[in-house]
Amino acid sequence: MLELITFSIINGVLYGMLLFMLSSGLTLIFSMMGVLNFAHASFYMLGAYFAYQISTFIGFWPALFLAPLGVAVLGALVERYGLRHVHKHGHVAELLFTFGLVYVIEELVHMIWGRMPVDYRIPDALNFTLFTLFNTSFPAYRGFMLLVALVMFASIYLILRKTRIGMIVQASLSYPEMVGALGHNVPRVFMGVFAFGTGLAGLAGVIAGNYFITEPGMAWAMGPIVFVVVVFGGLGSLPGALIGSLIIGIVQTVSVAMPYSLADALRAFGVELTREAALADLWFLELSRVAPILPYLLLVLMLIFRPRGLMGTRES
Amino acid sequence: MLEVQNLHAYYGKSHILQGVDMYVREGEIVSLLGRNGVGRSTTCKAIMGLVPPHGTVRYKGQDIAGLPPYKIAHLGLGYVPEDRQIFPGLTVRQNLELGQKRKGVSGRWTIEDAYQLFPRLRERADTPAEVLSGGEQQMLTMCRTLMGDPDLIMIDEPTEGVAPKIVEQMGAFFQEVAQRGVSILLIEQKLAIALRISQRVYVMGHGRIVFEGTPEDLQSNETVRKEWLEV
Repeated sequence: MLELITFSIINGVLYGMLLFMLSSGLTLIFSMMGVLNFAHASFYMLGAYFAYQISTFIGFWPALFLAPLGVAVLGALVERYGLRHVHKHGHVAELLFTFGLVYVIEELVHMIWGRMPVDYRIPDALNFTLFTLFNTSFPAYRGFMLLVALVMFASIYLILRKTRIGMIVQASLSYPEMVGALGHNVPRVFMGVFAFGTGLAGLAGVIAGNYFITEPGMAWAMGPIVFVVVVFGGLGSLPGALIGSLIIGIVQTVSVAMPYSLADALRAFGVELTREAALADLWFLELSRVAPILPYLLLVLMLIFRPRGLMGTRES
Repeated sequence: MLEVQNLHAYYGKSHILQGVDMYVREGEIVSLLGRNGVGRSTTCKAIMGLVPPHGTVRYKGQDIAGLPPYKIAHLGLGYVPEDRQIFPGLTVRQNLELGQKRKGVSGRWTIEDAYQLFPRLRERADTPAEVLSGGEQQMLTMCRTLMGDPDLIMIDEPTEGVAPKIVEQMGAFFQEVAQRGVSILLIEQKLAIALRISQRVYVMGHGRIVFEGTPEDLQSNETVRKEWLEV
């Protein structure tokens, strides 16, 4: 039991940090431009495919740097030659634009890499057991993922807090027009933030694509959950995105591992239910079976009781 | 140095500016007066490129209508918004630093100057700017724009909701700004301060300029004051 909980939590934190790599970029882009980028998870997928392609030529380590860079450049182009023009026509147009982009990227991936998963693997150098605790082994690659996520988190924090460009980004979160009126090139800052955010999503794809599976459906698998995180944590709040990512990550991972039902919980209080009881299907439904809907349930509850999310400042 | 001819501007379908004509000469303090909602703030925003301008806006002889705000700022035009727009989450000092167009490069005005003009800002240099009082925020937003070394600064309703003692301080501040060769376009509702410091005044009504002259002209023109200024 202790083993199960320990590993579930470690994995939950890991999954949460991975979610944060996506949600941080998404929330930054949202708070600056007011546009919810539906295609964010598609950039995550592209990160994985780029890394796969690059690693077949020159190996995993160069791909770790080049693939996110490639995704960031693509993100910059999408902003500069797509979103910036669509922006004039309002938020609905922007939303539809990013929605269309999801399909464009998906079809491109189909065309180039096919519909089947590609053989993107963990590098041999990291394919060993880091440590064994209570008879369960912890792969070194998971430790590596955690390390990358932590380095990324520290870098975002330092850039935003300590550099002038970080200050300009922070200022643009509240008053982009004023930042422009003070002589800063706000469109270029927007492009930079979009590129940075999509690059982070790409990096998440690079380190997750080989751990999970790199296939054309991975954007759809990741997209909704990232939205849950961002809305749950509070649109536009970076600390909210971090807390939301960790909560959703841990809830999902821990609940999947829990073979307990409401009936078990009631038994702890001395209430014994039988299979013949009313609504027995509900009482005996194991937590692990409802795990996939838990994040969405949390989202719905959050929207009902606190529509701006955990740390959000906006009502809408 | 600033010439505005037949300037129109719209918010959605409403026609806010209906042909504004005005100018500001080098070294001048000019006030733009009028009641709320007649388009004074929109005039500033349209000049700064924050609202799409239709018409002619020339600054230092160059047509600036249609340029993005950051380019207009780089030509030496400064803007202080009515709602101050202090950047929350940043300290007072960081707000001032962002007023500089390049890191650490100051023109006529240094951060030290701002602290000398308004000692309160020095005391609160490392405080998060959002906790400042209204008057302090007003000092900060004006100094922040000065850090970018503008040759003409447009200040929108600086005395609104500010204690009378600080309004006095501001009068001296405007004189100091003008003495260093910065022209001022002041948007005001309080007649007293505008009449005291301005060389010329404009009165706006219904999206147009309805009066132009010296403070003395306005003082002696009761009709204009009654019809367009007094509440």
